[in-house]
Amino acid sequence: MVDFLLAFAVGGAICVAAQLVLDLTKLTPAHIMVLFVSLGAVVSGLGLYGPLVKIGGAGATVPLTGFGHALVQGMLEDVRQFGILGLFSGGLRATAVGITSAVVFGYLMAILFNPKG
Amino acid sequence: MPGQGLREGKEPRYQLGLQPKGFTDGKKIGKQTVVFHNRPVVLATASVAGPKEGKGPLGRYYDIVKEDTLFGERTWEKAEARLLEEAANLAVKKANLKTQEVDYLLAGDLLNQLIASNLAAREISIPFLGLYGACATMSEALTLAAVLVDGRYGKYALAAASSHHDSAERQYRYPTEMGNQRPPTAQWTVTGAGAALVGASGEGPVITCATVGTVVDIGLKDPNDMGSAMAPAAAETIWQHFQDTGRKPEDYDLIATGDLASVGKGIALDLLKKSGFHLGRNYTDCGVMVYDPSQDVQAGASGCGCSAIVFAGYLMKELAEGRIQRLLLVATGALLSPTSYQQGESIPCIAHAVAVENQRSVKGGAGIG
Repeated sequence: MVDFLLAFAVGGAICVAAQLVLDLTKLTPAHIMVLFVSLGAVVSGLGLYGPLVKIGGAGATVPLTGFGHALVQGMLEDVRQFGILGLFSGGLRATAVGITSAVVFGYLMAILFNPKG
Repeated sequence: MPGQGLREGKEPRYQLGLQPKGFTDGKKIGKQTVVFHNRPVVLATASVAGPKEGKGPLGRYYDIVKEDTLFGERTWEKAEARLLEEAANLAVKKANLKTQEVDYLLAGDLLNQLIASNLAAREISIPFLGLYGACATMSEALTLAAVLVDGRYGKYALAAASSHHDSAERQYRYPTEMGNQRPPTAQWTVTGAGAALVGASGEGPVITCATVGTVVDIGLKDPNDMGSAMAPAAAETIWQHFQDTGRKPEDYDLIATGDLASVGKGIALDLLKKSGFHLGRNYTDCGVMVYDPSQDVQAGASGCGCSAIVFAGYLMKELAEGRIQRLLLVATGALLSPTSYQQGESIPCIAHAVAVENQRSVKGGAGIG
């Protein structure tokens, strides 16, 4: 139960931060998506996102910052294994599940339903 | 520089009855105003509105209120074309005319290449001139219809404009299905079309004069706050109208701007106040009339359809019933394109003013020219 609450608190806090940026600045939703992926990557690179995942679990990995974190961790891991080329392979490898499911499910939905907007 | 005169608050340079005839034969007065001496008549108007508009405070004034926003069409664009087509046909029918008798169709919308108007005009065989004035299209169309009829280039001209919330969102912002959040300054594009049949003679209010606006750009770039961008253009055109005609705000029973909505309306009032024109209870904005604040539309309504359905639906009935004798319709347009916005360009804006008056008011009151 405590895990749920912590996930809610951490994930919620990240979303509140994004909402504040949207409300208080002129940045568009697209800007904010890129900003949060980048922020996640930077914080992860500094070694600070890992501890946040330990506390918040999915609350930290599901928001966009978690995607940035996964990119960087994948790169670091591949660099340790394969050297400098890991910079180019690790990011996609670590996020392959997310990217592939987005493509597959997006495609399935596009076949099943007509866009209304 | 545009707006110079407005800010300096100069005295009117032109007075009634003092117009030199000259080249324009008194048809143009002052800097930007045309006068229609032959008094083109607004014979009939028609308005077709979407379901959300139908639930708004003016819902009962529209001729047709649609139950959904696609009305059996496959795309939003075709749905918008249908709105325009129905409004145009209904206006012709209400004037007891046939479309073959109408000399011109002047229409516009917000979509690329005016596709809604083009598709509608494909169905209505009236000689067609497509107009782009963004949300100022209704008064632009009325002005040109009056010019054509007053100049005896035809007996009947049909002025029309349309917009559709979903096609406009796709055109200017994001597909609605992305579900992006809307900031409080954003406006809700009206799903609706209005048409007005202007004729050389007959019963109905007459178009006495029109002030063609200049493009005003105060450097704002936020497409989610177009009311603030358009307000100076509206104030500029209203100011110029008073300069050119010698009229004052109190000469009008109602001055209605197009779609400044709650944010832009206050700015326009302030700007005019600073240049010495106090608009009071006889000023309103179509953008705050279409929806009830409970309808979650942020700052209010916008779109070509906004001033079109308010004019064709509500204001014309107010004129017919004598609650308004003299109306100044100042439709306002933000002339941005998605490309210009992405390139960081600020928003050019425009407003055109058209004076529509009951015939009694023209004969009795301070007419122009």
